[in-house]
Amino acid sequence: MSAVTVRISDDALALACGADAVADAFAAAGCTVIRVSSWGMHWLEPLAEIDGHGFGPLTPGDVGAVLAGASPLGIGRIAAHPFIARQERLTFARAGKIRPLSLDDYAATGGWIGLERARDLGAEATIAEVTRSGLRGRGGAGFPAGIKWTTVAKAPSLRKYVVCNADEGDSGTFADRMVMEGDPYHLIEGMAIAGFAVGAQQGYVYIRSEYPHAIAKMRAAVERAAPIIAPFRIEVRVGAGAYVCGEETSLLNSLEGRRGEVRAKPPLPALEGLFGQPTVVNNVLTLTAVPWIMANGAAHYASVGFGRSRGTMPIQIAGNVRHGGLFEVGFGITLGELVMDIGGGTASGRPVRAVQVGGPLGAYHPPSDFHLPFDYESFAAADALIGHAGITVFDDTVDLSAQARFAMQFCAVESCGKCTPCRIGSTRGVEVLDRIRARTGRVADRVETLPQMHNAKKGARTLSEDIALLTDLCETMKFGSLCALGGFTPYPVLSALRWFPEDFGLPARVQEAAE
Amino acid sequence: MAPMTPTELDRILAAHAGREGALLPILHDVQAAFGHVGEEAVRAIAAALNLSRAEVHGVVSFYHDFHETPAPRPVIKLCRAESCQARGGEALAATLAGETRVTIEPVYCLGLCSVGPNAMVGDGLHARLDAARLSALVESVA
Repeated sequence: MSAVTVRISDDALALACGADAVADAFAAAGCTVIRVSSWGMHWLEPLAEIDGHGFGPLTPGDVGAVLAGASPLGIGRIAAHPFIARQERLTFARAGKIRPLSLDDYAATGGWIGLERARDLGAEATIAEVTRSGLRGRGGAGFPAGIKWTTVAKAPSLRKYVVCNADEGDSGTFADRMVMEGDPYHLIEGMAIAGFAVGAQQGYVYIRSEYPHAIAKMRAAVERAAPIIAPFRIEVRVGAGAYVCGEETSLLNSLEGRRGEVRAKPPLPALEGLFGQPTVVNNVLTLTAVPWIMANGAAHYASVGFGRSRGTMPIQIAGNVRHGGLFEVGFGITLGELVMDIGGGTASGRPVRAVQVGGPLGAYHPPSDFHLPFDYESFAAADALIGHAGITVFDDTVDLSAQARFAMQFCAVESCGKCTPCRIGSTRGVEVLDRIRARTGRVADRVETLPQMHNAKKGARTLSEDIALLTDLCETMKFGSLCALGGFTPYPVLSALRWFPEDFGLPARVQEAAE
Repeated sequence: MAPMTPTELDRILAAHAGREGALLPILHDVQAAFGHVGEEAVRAIAAALNLSRAEVHGVVSFYHDFHETPAPRPVIKLCRAESCQARGGEALAATLAGETRVTIEPVYCLGLCSVGPNAMVGDGLHARLDAARLSALVESVA
């Protein structure tokens, strides 16, 4: 038995599911245990790999049966598993295959080729390559990366920065975390290419404090890779529990040591960003797409995708879903395929009632939206967004008016307070939704009944008037807020109201054949 | 918890001297060393960074991770975000109503959204929680 080599992930999710105890049990049984990155099949964690074959989810008690060849938890060859075989892994090509902090493993799997090619081509040609690839910002806004880089490169300044936004706060997303914990040199290479292309000397990775394992891995990786990426330098900085710091200008203030308040744009961070200097702010997934593009060519990358959304998207399937995990695929796959075919429906076995796409600021979708192709434009046309590509599945026990209230409450808790629609609107939104949910209506208060309040309504407010008020409030937040926190909170609220009116005390939607 | 000696604070401030945007890294170190960022620390940090005490206080009070007083009880951070809600997180949180030995703090997402409900104690992560496992977790820290 001593010859058996077992590969087990040391990703935070595997650890949370008990991977260390399983690894110890294999080691105690005389096996050689190698800790690797996660394949992203989360329902199978802790997953052990022996000679390419997978076993999971394991507990220490299953180890004996696995080694005796008698475990019912075998899934066959991992690489041939439908969940893996159906993917098109460019950014996550190394997932499950390397020791995260091994420079040898990274170099042996095509690491640093993109950086070398960028240095051979020169800065201008590197930016041209990224522009031609059609790569758009993966943080949510979908802004073309090449255009942002061009702006920074052309900005006249001796000091420039590359900032990686790793403040992955959206519920239902974990791709950034998996990159940093499973393939940290990949992100470092992407940042080094960006730094070389725009002429920046210093890079910062801003990681949320809720990701202690990602912070530790990135710090170790940055230290080990320093000679390779020199003269470019990278430093890891840690957030402090503020969701709004995922907004780029708020993140910059936080990096400068200030309250994480949003800045008004313009000036664009590309021209006046960190410490007032030209700054590239890109998401983890944007930067990690770059080494592949540089190594394999822009045309190859652009040949994958759908419409104006080129390349692949690491989609995160989460919530009440049977087969949750990381699914990287070209844009254009439908929402229904992701939730039903790949995700396998709900974990609870009940019918899917709603899926939220794009985190706390994303819209709720009914199953009648399952035909939507996963790309920026199709979702925008359906009054929705793909955001950071997190999909949270809910079964039929969900109350969408409670979810709408949560969206407003979350906005109230996390608002930075700089703009009024977000700071006050979210609190008023919670109050209106509480009234709607309690079906109590609202009588006029003492001020409203004063004789000099000519325009105030004197009678009680009805449910439909409260709904109109909520809709109006959402309009104000959407168009009046400084950033996406206040501006996008109406998406979950209005989509819940639009598709699930019965949860708000209104008549249910009549099934429309066309929609 | 270490007593708040000026030498420890001085050591933290010296370690970050000259760093750009040093305030958050300093506050993280102070919070980790003393369990809170107290009045004395705010004064010293303000003096070291040439900021007003109000500016430092404004930053401390903005971020959820920094506390002006030490936590009176062990803290369990229980995820209350959408993906954990979809997996029964709210009902799970309700089972801890009336628990007085530990402080249950909400956290909005630990990035383990496919295996919730999840919790974090210190840097340790706990997934696939049900009432029994959460109760065992409470017993282990209380």
